[in-house]
Amino acid sequence: MADEVILLDFWPSMFGMRCRIALAEKGVKYEYKEEDLRNKSDLLLRMNPIHKKIPVLVHNGKPVCESLVILHYIDEVWSDKCPLLPSDPYQRAQARFWADYIDKKFYDLGRKLWTTKGEEQEAAKKELIDSLKLLEGELGDKPFYGGEKLGFLDIALVPFYTWFYAYETFGNFSIEAECPKLIAWTKRCLEIENVSKSLVEPQKVYDFVLQLKKALGIE
Amino acid sequence: MAKAGEVKVIGGWPSPFVMRPRIALNLKGVEYELLEEKFGAKSELLLRSNPVHKKIPVFLHADRPVCESLIIVQYIDETWPSTGPSILPSDPYDRATARFWAAYIDEKWFPSMTGIARAQGEEAKKAAIDQVVEGLFLLEDAFGKISKGKPFFGGDTIGFLDIALGCFLGWLRVTEKTHGLKLLDEAKVPGLAKWAERFCADDAVKGVMPETEKLAEFAKLIMAKFKAPPPQ
Repeated sequence: MADEVILLDFWPSMFGMRCRIALAEKGVKYEYKEEDLRNKSDLLLRMNPIHKKIPVLVHNGKPVCESLVILHYIDEVWSDKCPLLPSDPYQRAQARFWADYIDKKFYDLGRKLWTTKGEEQEAAKKELIDSLKLLEGELGDKPFYGGEKLGFLDIALVPFYTWFYAYETFGNFSIEAECPKLIAWTKRCLEIENVSKSLVEPQKVYDFVLQLKKALGIE
Repeated sequence: MAKAGEVKVIGGWPSPFVMRPRIALNLKGVEYELLEEKFGAKSELLLRSNPVHKKIPVFLHADRPVCESLIIVQYIDETWPSTGPSILPSDPYDRATARFWAAYIDEKWFPSMTGIARAQGEEAKKAAIDQVVEGLFLLEDAFGKISKGKPFFGGDTIGFLDIALGCFLGWLRVTEKTHGLKLLDEAKVPGLAKWAERFCADDAVKGVMPETEKLAEFAKLIMAKFKAPPPQ
C-alpha cells in the first residue's frame, strides 16, 4: 500500500524546514501544502486542534504535530536509511538536549530582535549570541553535529540560518563575526542538496519580516 | 547492569520533574543514589553537571550527566531496554502521540496550574482555573483514546505519558487544597480521576510521590520566600 504523506507548512517557518530536510534525507515522497496562517485551512484545524500550528505531518490520514516529535517519527518510520539520531543512548540524549535548548531559546530571542528596541533588544541580542556560542562550542571540531554526516541536531538548527540575515540587520550585529565556526558549519550543510533545497533564501525571510512588522504595526 | 554507585539522580523530593527519572528507574528495577539538593543553594556538582540550565533533575550514569527530565526518562528506557517494561510505546505513531502530550503538559498544562497561585485578583484566578480544567478535559479525552480501556496511558503498565502527567499529582492536590478546588473531579474527568489513584498506588510511584501535607507546607515556605512586597 502506498504511503500518503502530507506536510502542512508555511514557507518561512524554521520548524517546517526541519521536516522538509528530514523527509528529503529519507527519500520520502510527500505533498507540501502551504498554509495561510491568517486563514488556516480546515485540514490544519482538524489535524492540530490543540495548537492550530504548523508544521503538521499527516501520514495516511493521521497527524503528527510538533517539529521535534515529527523528526523522531520520520526517523522511526523510515528507519531503513539515513538514521537521524545516533544509535548510542548517551549521544541521543545529548542531541535531544541541545535541540530542546534551541527550542527554549532561539525563536523567542530572535523574535525580540525584530519586535523590540533599545535595552530589551540589546539584552535579547546578547542572550542570542551567548546561546549561539554555546551551540558553536558543542560542535567542536566535528564537521556536523551528527559527526561525519548530517544528524538530528544539524537538522534542528540549520533552518535558523535562514533567519540570521533578518536578526543581524534588525539587531545590527554580525553572527559570522561572533560565531565563525557556526557559519562555516552552515556552509557545509548548504552544500548538501537535501538541505539547500529545503531552506528558503535569507533575503526573502528578511522581506517577509519587514512586511510582518508593518502588518503588526511595529516600528 | 548498573554497578553500585554508578547511577545517581541529583534532585529534590518536592520536584515533580525529579520524580520522573526516579519512577523510570523504579520501573526498570535499577538501583540509584539520590543526591538531595538543598532548597535555595545549588551544589557544585549540580552547577558542574548542568552548567546550561543549573536545574534539577540531573541524571548521572558513570559520572556522565543527562539533563531535562523527559530526555532522562528516554535515556533510561534506551539504556536498560530489556529490564522491566518498555517505558515508551513500541509503535512509532503511539510514541509520537505520547511525546506530543508530554510536550503539551510541560509547555501548556503545568504552567497553567502554577498560574493559579500566581494569579492576581479573583478574575485572573478564575481564568487560570478555567484553563487548568480545560486542559484536564483534553487530557481526559486523550486518556480514553490512548489507554483503550487499559489502566494506564502506557497500557497495562506505567509508561512515558503516565510519568509525564502523574508526577504533577502531588502539586495538583496541593493546589486543590490551598484554593478549595476540586480539579480532578470524578464527575467531570472520571477516567483521569481513577487513573490518578492507580498511578499513585503503583509500586514504582508509592515511595517517590510526596505526601500532600508535606508538599503543602513546602509550598507555603516558597510562597513566603517569593512573595511580592505589599503594595504601598
